[in-house]
Amino acid sequence: MLYAILCYDSEDVVWSWTKEEEAAAMARLGAVQEKLAQQGRLGPVARLLPTTSATTLRKGAVPLVIDGPFAETKEQLLGFYIVECTDLDQALETARELAAASSTAGAFEIRPLALFRPGGAVAG
Amino acid sequence: MTDLAWIDAALVSARPKVVGALLRHFRDLDTAQEAFQEASLRALRHWPANGPPRDAPAWLIMVARNVAIDGKRRQAREAPLPEEEHLSDLGDAEAPLAERLDAADYRDDVLRLLFICCHPALTPPQQIPLALRIVSGVPLREIARAFLVSEAAMEQRITRAKARIAAAALPFETPGALERAERLQAVSAMVYLLFNEGYSAGADPDRAALAAEAIRLARLLLRLFPAEPEIMGLLALFLLQQARWEARFDAEGATVLLEAQERGRWNGGMIAEGLALIDKAMRHRTPGPYQIQAAIAALHARAARPEETDWPQIDLLYAALERLQPSPVVTLNRAVAVSKTRGAGAALEMVEPLAERLAGYFPFHGLRGALLRELGRATEARVAFGQAIALAGTVAEADHIRRHLDELRGNS
Repeated sequence: MLYAILCYDSEDVVWSWTKEEEAAAMARLGAVQEKLAQQGRLGPVARLLPTTSATTLRKGAVPLVIDGPFAETKEQLLGFYIVECTDLDQALETARELAAASSTAGAFEIRPLALFRPGGAVAG
Repeated sequence: MTDLAWIDAALVSARPKVVGALLRHFRDLDTAQEAFQEASLRALRHWPANGPPRDAPAWLIMVARNVAIDGKRRQAREAPLPEEEHLSDLGDAEAPLAERLDAADYRDDVLRLLFICCHPALTPPQQIPLALRIVSGVPLREIARAFLVSEAAMEQRITRAKARIAAAALPFETPGALERAERLQAVSAMVYLLFNEGYSAGADPDRAALAAEAIRLARLLLRLFPAEPEIMGLLALFLLQQARWEARFDAEGATVLLEAQERGRWNGGMIAEGLALIDKAMRHRTPGPYQIQAAIAALHARAARPEETDWPQIDLLYAALERLQPSPVVTLNRAVAVSKTRGAGAALEMVEPLAERLAGYFPFHGLRGALLRELGRATEARVAFGQAIALAGTVAEADHIRRHLDELRGNS
């Protein structure tokens, strides 16, 4: 079974770390990642840019583009894609395609990545 | 992170919301600030043992209000009866606590707090320290150090600013859409000035902290106004410029020109965020001065080597900025782009008419000197560089021009 582990924290705090604090935190997490990678258990690792860089596509007959992160509480996080896009327009286009292929309400939040490590092959 | 460091970071991040809400409630800056201080002390006592509350700002607001009301009660026993208005305020505050504020309340509270700091009755040298003290909670001694004055002088400056505000009529009613937009504009301008205080100051880390604080405030504004392209532009501009920080100074602290900077030392994370923000802003197709400046910074950030810089596009962007916000300084910056695309002669033609208005502006004489030198007019270049040195604000600026002069001497 594959598990996604989603990170939640205060971005005010995390994004005001000094360089040293940042390096220390990343080194501690990196050690855990290294161990998982050696065991062949680590898939992709990503860090998102702050929510201020987010754009949300509300699904619907005509999908609605909203600046900012997805903020409703009626819906839950069900999954995610990582897609290479040249810019936000292309990312929105991709999200629109996905929305058209989806029969439910809900939304897609688009967040640029700050870091991406593809990781090794992991058994599914 | 230790407990204390975590709590400190949480308090700093909650501060604008909490002080903003307390100011709306008590209508007095000192009371709001002291109540926040007291609530912070209690957080330091309670949070390590009990863990941080789920909603730190709400916890702090509740505790701060209780503390301030207790204080007022104690005072009231010793003092004559408070005025009518005060009594009704007290009644309000005793009503059910744990007031949960939604995003819109916070937005207007924080905006009001920032707007009060850039009140028209205050001069910019008062506005920025006041905002740093009240909104950001920067300790007095750090503000004094950043502005190169004694702590006593800075304290006096902030006290005077507060007195002026107290004497002026303050906007406590909920703003309408137009007022909100005007306030946001005034506040953005102040945050922009704050960034420049930090950015233009040379390698001094005390001043650099001001730029970091401006970034924090711009982030706060964007979270409150997530759909404002100009706020996206403001934050993008700060991030793209601050990304160059480490490469901007050599080991002696002298300025390294953009062209000579080691681009590998630019901060990739800040650049990625800045580019994502400007991309997002441009989709609105409502250009403004901050977006255009950020777009210019983005073109520099995208060039892996100086030769790859898209100067024609930078020239166009400065031309757009000139139309939106005509200023001799913008024209001067445009002339730099023109010197790359159409040569030093065309750039000098653009620069000469600014002579009178920019007579006291260091970069004017520096650029004019460089253009004259490029055109082989060494004697005039030397005079221009001499004028630049006389106007240099920092040692690094003066050194930089001196190197030009030395090179001129070497050539002749």
